Amino acid sequence: MSYISLSYWDLALAAILILANGLISLWFRLGLEKSLLINTVRMLVQLSLIGFVLKFIFAQTSPLWTIGWAVLMILVAGREVMARLTTRMQGWWGYGIGTTTMFFVSSFTTLLAVGVIIGPDPWYAPRYILPILGMVLGNTLSGISLGLETLITTLKRERSSVEARIALGHKRFLAIDEPLRQALKTGMMPIINAMAASGIVSLPGMMTGQIMAGADPVEATKYQILIMFLIAGATASGTLLAVVGSAYRLTDDRGRLRLDRLEGS
Amino acid sequence: MLKVSALKVHGLDPISFELHGGDVLVVRGPSGSGKSLLLRAIADLDETSGRIFLDQMSKDGEAAGNWRTRVRYLAAESGWWLERVEQHFADPLAARLLGKELALEDKLFDSPVAHLSSGERQRMAFIRAIEDQPAVLLLDEPTSALDDHAAKRMEDKIVALQKKGVILIIVTHSNEQALRLATHVLTIKDGAARVERA
Repeated sequence: MSYISLSYWDLALAAILILANGLISLWFRLGLEKSLLINTVRMLVQLSLIGFVLKFIFAQTSPLWTIGWAVLMILVAGREVMARLTTRMQGWWGYGIGTTTMFFVSSFTTLLAVGVIIGPDPWYAPRYILPILGMVLGNTLSGISLGLETLITTLKRERSSVEARIALGHKRFLAIDEPLRQALKTGMMPIINAMAASGIVSLPGMMTGQIMAGADPVEATKYQILIMFLIAGATASGTLLAVVGSAYRLTDDRGRLRLDRLEGS
Repeated sequence: MLKVSALKVHGLDPISFELHGGDVLVVRGPSGSGKSLLLRAIADLDETSGRIFLDQMSKDGEAAGNWRTRVRYLAAESGWWLERVEQHFADPLAARLLGKELALEDKLFDSPVAHLSSGERQRMAFIRAIEDQPAVLLLDEPTSALDDHAAKRMEDKIVALQKKGVILIIVTHSNEQALRLATHVLTIKDGAARVERA
């Protein structure tokens, strides 16, 4: 099987579909055309640049470049978690909790997958590390932001019931056990659902890519299963760490609820 | 004995006073003057400076949960976290008995919390607050959602607790209630709190 290269004309043809989006927005006065345009251009620029950047990094095959780019990816993912929250924690925690958590869980799972399971030579081969890290990060970041958003909004909404429990003498984590459980569930649900749908409803992107590039579907499936495990593990542990860490920060050692540590309070 | 010394509550001069078993301190002052914050500070629900002792027990020396079990705060707005009312009580049977004294029908205990009126919830929360017999009760507008009849029952219960030696600090907007219950009055005026015998 051969790899079919796309011409820029092929892409232009596909871009007509975006124009249809724009027309729908204008027709129904959804007001989306401006952000549609901006985000389409953003997507174009980001993806074109990343093509060149990855080409460059792949050519170096140096641990320094690989790790440097990986760190950058994690920092950007951390910013994205923060951006998705309607209310953030004040100070370092606002950016730090998501970023630190993702740093630990994504580097652990990626190193496990690449270093131990796949075992390319050399181990720091960027063509394995960076795509896997990207897939893990993309999913943990949505799990973490969903979990944190739920925790914070539930604590704010349930403030009177949480404080009633605190006043009754309930200990720090017991008083907030309902918001905690809600947050963990919400953070983990999407990946659990994704596993159910994958294969029949959705052919996961990575597997599709490998198949189109000429890989044997059975081999591609094995990679996809590996990725699913990595993503599920990283999302679960990342959500747990970030949510429990934030719950720790939003209460104190006297068992009080500390919503004053949120921005805008 | 409850001893509050140099307690710093948002925007007010440091507050000091002493109360003994059977004392009822009624807190008076305009809305937003810090009455609720004073009660929250005594229950250690907000970070404050100053020292508070209950007999030999000190607020900062004791585990927070123990302190709040002895010094119980009841907010104006009651909070619930389980489906049915009864699930919130350690001893549902004793709670039902107390409910009779406060004119709460027995079947209300089996209802979902959401089906209760605000007045019914307020009385239920009061029962929950006195269930484990705290030594100090901090009541934030305990009868705000009650009709006269229910308010009278609640006041009777408050007096009964007072007679048993419980120390009560009550925030109320009702002059009549203040006159009926208070042995001491704390008045907040121009950023200063003053405690006097009633």
